[in-house]
Amino acid sequence: MPIRIQLNGDPRDVSSPLDIQALLTELGLDSRMVAVERNRVVVKRTVYANTPVTDGDEIEIVAFVGGG
Amino acid sequence: MSFVIAGRTFRSRLVVGTGKYPTHPIMQAAHEASGTDMVTVAVRRVDLAAKGEASLLHWIDRSKIFLLPNTAGCYTADDAVRTARLGQEAGLSNWVKLEVLGDEKTLFPDNEALLVATRILVKEGFIVLPYTNDDPIVCRKLEDAGAAAVMPLGAPIGSGLGIQNPNNISIIKEQAGVPVIVDAGVGTASDAAIAMELGVDGVLMNTAIACATDPVKMAAAMRHAVEGGRLAFEAGRIAKKRYASASSPVDGLITASGRG
Repeated sequence: MPIRIQLNGDPRDVSSPLDIQALLTELGLDSRMVAVERNRVVVKRTVYANTPVTDGDEIEIVAFVGGG
Repeated sequence: MSFVIAGRTFRSRLVVGTGKYPTHPIMQAAHEASGTDMVTVAVRRVDLAAKGEASLLHWIDRSKIFLLPNTAGCYTADDAVRTARLGQEAGLSNWVKLEVLGDEKTLFPDNEALLVATRILVKEGFIVLPYTNDDPIVCRKLEDAGAAAVMPLGAPIGSGLGIQNPNNISIIKEQAGVPVIVDAGVGTASDAAIAMELGVDGVLMNTAIACATDPVKMAAAMRHAVEGGRLAFEAGRIAKKRYASASSPVDGLITASGRG
């Protein structure tokens, strides 16, 4: 079933059921290189596969970039 | 030359950024030349359109270099706290260079919000290294709030103006019970040396190295400057005098007309 989430500030349609791990895989991201926030709460790496993505979720996926 | 923050020993007193380098290989070579064992990194949204881009982390040897995530670009305590938590998860450490900015033109910190964010993150178990003004009172408040070090600016970020208020920096160092790291404002090697001669524990810089014509050579210059400045501080400089004091003996001069 398709659901709509906010991904890094933009709306995005994804198919559910979906968990964070599956979302990262779908996006082609290495889970060891990113950090994820779901509805303003950090999702620990160890529970990506157990954390569902549901309709209306605000997901932020961040990584380290150069900075001072 | 080593120093300790929150129980962790660093071999180098020079902390270096990872932004604005011409290329990742140049950054890596500059880090090597600087001798640093702690670099700052920023936390940003992944660009979902740009797939397969090599991560910054591929160019940092984490067996030698400790990562210090920052909260650069945050203008509220809430954003800074969120960013710190994400940085913790991405870097698997609880250290953070805490920035809460108050103005886009000067990038000066919002010290009120900085204190709020410091208290929250300290309570959560973070090792907080706040970037702040060269204000001894704010530095004292940050220390009281549990900051593991205080990082007063030498001059505005990226300005290269050097240490604008050496007197304040030395007062901050004198009163601080935690390490003091001058963060931002260094333009060239002498600026770093001046900071270290004031007795501070370390210097953090990014632009001065990354945007130099030859970043790798400038990194080496900064290494020497930080080491030289520290040695000079430890050696104890002579007092300043208004008039000359001869270095050679005055006795035994062959001139008859010598000094009577």
